[in-house]
Amino acid sequence: MSTTSAVLSRGRNAPPAPRDVPQHVSPGLWTLAWRRLKADRVGMVSLAIVGAFLVMMVLSATGLVAKDWSREVGVNYAPPTFVGPDESSAPGGNAGPSIVPSGPTAASDFRSTVVDPIGDVIAELRGEKPAAGGEAAPSSTVDPLADVMKDIQSGKGVPAVTAAPAEVRAATLPFGGDKWGRDVIAKTIKGSETSIFVGLAAAAVATLIGTLLGALAGYYGGKTDDLLNWFYSVFSSIPYLLLILAVAAVLQQKGTMTIVLILGLTGWTGVFRLIRAEYLKHKGREYVQAADAIGASNSRRMFVHIFPNVSHVVLVQLSILAVGFIKAEVILSFLGFGVPVDVVSWGSMLNEAQNELILGKWWQLVAATAAMALLVTAFSLFTDALRDALDPKLKGLAGH
Amino acid sequence: MTAHAIVHGTAVTDPLVSVRNLRVSFRLDRHNTFDAVRGISFDIPRNATVALVGESGSGKSVTSLAILGLLPPENSITHKGSEIRFGGRNLAALPTRELRDIRGAEISMIFQEPMTSLNPVFAVGYQLEEVLKLHRGLAGSAARKRAVELLDEVGIPDPMHKIDAYPSQMSGGQQQRVMIAMAIACEPKLLIADEPTTALDVTIQKQILDLIRQLQQRRQMSVLFITHDLAVVGEIADHVVVMRNGEIREQGPARDVFEDPRDSYTRALLQCRPRLDRRPMRLPVIDDYMSGQAGPMNLDERPRGVAPGDPVILDVRNLSKSFWTREGLFGKREFHAVKNVSFKLRKGKTLGLVGESGSGKTTVGLTLMRLHEATGGEVLFEGDDILKMSQKQFMPYKRRIQIIFQNPYASLNPRFTIGQILTEPMMIHGIGTSGQERADLAFEMLGKVGLPEVSFYKYPHEFSGGQRQRIAIARCLTLKPDILICDESVSALDVSVQAQVLNLLQDLQDEFGLSYLFISHDLAVVKYISDEVMVMSEGELVEMADSDEIYRDPQQPYTQRLLSAIPRGWQGQAAHPGASD
Repeated sequence: MSTTSAVLSRGRNAPPAPRDVPQHVSPGLWTLAWRRLKADRVGMVSLAIVGAFLVMMVLSATGLVAKDWSREVGVNYAPPTFVGPDESSAPGGNAGPSIVPSGPTAASDFRSTVVDPIGDVIAELRGEKPAAGGEAAPSSTVDPLADVMKDIQSGKGVPAVTAAPAEVRAATLPFGGDKWGRDVIAKTIKGSETSIFVGLAAAAVATLIGTLLGALAGYYGGKTDDLLNWFYSVFSSIPYLLLILAVAAVLQQKGTMTIVLILGLTGWTGVFRLIRAEYLKHKGREYVQAADAIGASNSRRMFVHIFPNVSHVVLVQLSILAVGFIKAEVILSFLGFGVPVDVVSWGSMLNEAQNELILGKWWQLVAATAAMALLVTAFSLFTDALRDALDPKLKGLAGH
Repeated sequence: MTAHAIVHGTAVTDPLVSVRNLRVSFRLDRHNTFDAVRGISFDIPRNATVALVGESGSGKSVTSLAILGLLPPENSITHKGSEIRFGGRNLAALPTRELRDIRGAEISMIFQEPMTSLNPVFAVGYQLEEVLKLHRGLAGSAARKRAVELLDEVGIPDPMHKIDAYPSQMSGGQQQRVMIAMAIACEPKLLIADEPTTALDVTIQKQILDLIRQLQQRRQMSVLFITHDLAVVGEIADHVVVMRNGEIREQGPARDVFEDPRDSYTRALLQCRPRLDRRPMRLPVIDDYMSGQAGPMNLDERPRGVAPGDPVILDVRNLSKSFWTREGLFGKREFHAVKNVSFKLRKGKTLGLVGESGSGKTTVGLTLMRLHEATGGEVLFEGDDILKMSQKQFMPYKRRIQIIFQNPYASLNPRFTIGQILTEPMMIHGIGTSGQERADLAFEMLGKVGLPEVSFYKYPHEFSGGQRQRIAIARCLTLKPDILICDESVSALDVSVQAQVLNLLQDLQDEFGLSYLFISHDLAVVKYISDEVMVMSEGELVEMADSDEIYRDPQQPYTQRLLSAIPRGWQGQAAHPGASD
């Protein structure tokens, strides 16, 4: 966020200086807000955490970290190092659903072998006879993973598993491994990429739509306002989750951008109301009338004059929405309406984890939950600090 | 009457309130404090009116809040050693609970804005009865009867019915009367009035001042009257305390302070306010006195008025403006803000436009420069009707008519530097070929309005009210306008700053030959600056004449009433019997 503020403060092209006048820089709103934010300890700690997540996300996206997240570095369900290796799954268990090396027949073989990797285990648990190797794959009706398996079988979302048979797989991983023995930490980092990107991008889309429509409605009023308000009322009268499901159904193909669009297109209503009210308030102010008097056009008054005066509201809204959308992405992916299964996100990790929990493999759940909780809490605290810094009157202290 | 005599007898020896060495500071942030009141001492005698006079930031309101114990505890510090003696107790050191019993019962207060001091969702009678219930233990019909009596006492017509009215159904003057009724409901010994008439029209102001004076005499109470307006002080006060920057500059009986002011600041305050009977070339300003020089220069009378042959720059004919308010589901109601107003503005002259709030004077200004769409009429600018032009045709004319608004705190965009504020109009109208040239021009204008070079890089919040108004004037000047509309442009400023800005406007007119439409409710200021004056009431033009003429010999009853309501200030003992006490 600090980068945003810096860009905004420099963004307005300052006029060139008159000749023979000593330069002087007065602290503008953003500088003052930054100073206040710096004095806020909780705000700075949360900003550091949010910043660390953002850096992590960028590093992961550029492939500098967690590039090999999909490599099966450990045994299946490798436990965390501090728990110690799983006794029961020593050599035999590991051999169970082995990955066949790539080759001409790899695809079909692979499919048959991974059809139901834990079917055996479940059967064992239930006291049934283990199903034979790769022959029959009766996906049991009670199999919690049946749906995911179907996706995998239909070839839609085959996990990009790069098998390395010759490699020796570790019995334990720093924070455990998933079903295929992929490192949970790397997976969480890779998952942050999706979750944070979706959260921020969707918040940006929603804020953009809400601000633009809110500015138009508030500034012009009259018929424009009526029309946009009607549009807003229609949107906000539909239950939120159903609207998301409906848009998801219409957009058919699953993908990260689809989720961004869905959340952005449904989440702008709150921003719209707020910005509309701000514009209503500001358009009657004398400085806007003064801008009219010097001949500034409508769009200039709207975006050059009023916008900087409501931008702090926009920024806080953006921040609030980002928190909400990170959570929303997790929920959607968890429910299976989110990102495709081949894309790892915290939501899909939680989705996988609900089945693993039955087996007592808790680490994937803990990793995804902890990462999300930490980010969301820090982001929320940062939003509060940001609001206080931008609008010090809210704290009951005199402005100057 | 015997009780009164006793009260009167003690007045000489024992003041009602004595403030000793009062020091109040405010915390600005973790490390800095601001000393608002720096060790002041004064007395409020029994049965007398004391006026606390000062400009903004003088500490006068802080002093009154300290007496009431209403300073915000989280960021104010009342220093040890401060004493506010009232009835044998030190209010500065009293616990909150005991203070609360004194507030409202023995000391009460009326504020500047009656509209925001009354709760809009309760009938005024209910709010009055609540006070009576809390402090007097009256309830039911007894409280209601007392409330009606009080409303009658403060001059509300038909109090039996008005008691059930809501604040929004009353005028500003009536609301202030209700506030006064609430304040005197418990027969306080001291009434603190903080700028009670500043938000009111001049005719209403006169009525409220009369009411406060009557109540003070009838109820034998003391009044602490806080104001920035020396003319009002002269009408009402027995004793005057002049404050500046948290210190007392001068105090004494009103006669001494007005007739023989000893302090240079008091003298300056008395002189820099425009007067109805004199019109110097330049108004004296505080600095003339404070710098210790011989006094202001150039006090010769300035000739005013227009000749029939003076060229006309703006000819307004039958200007009308209506607003529609929604009524019911589909209904609309038309409200005529301006009705068929016609006048001529002469080139290089100033036309004063006076009227009370709601008279439509501001709407005239905004409509004729097309900030509002006119409903009817013509505005001929050198013969061309600017109301009929398209936006594109109007642009060059838009540059030539500029406006300075009332509130310098609201009319500058807080997110722009002064440099941006000054160069933007030139950029829009294509004045100057490069950014560099525009910046140089802006810098020149800063010099013209007397602001330092470095202002170019600063933000509006770094300037005081008077400086901001200079910036607003400089912004207009960058466009080299022919007509400047000043909409209450000096009304929000302190007296001393007002004089500086008026001088600046006059200098600019002398230098550039600007024509002014000077809109104000302040009749003394209008008299000073205008060649011609027109009076508006309820959207209609009442009277228009040369400024000397209209003040000397007003033709219309409305104008006469308006002029007679102007506070005349200190008129000497004969005109003000209350002061002989």
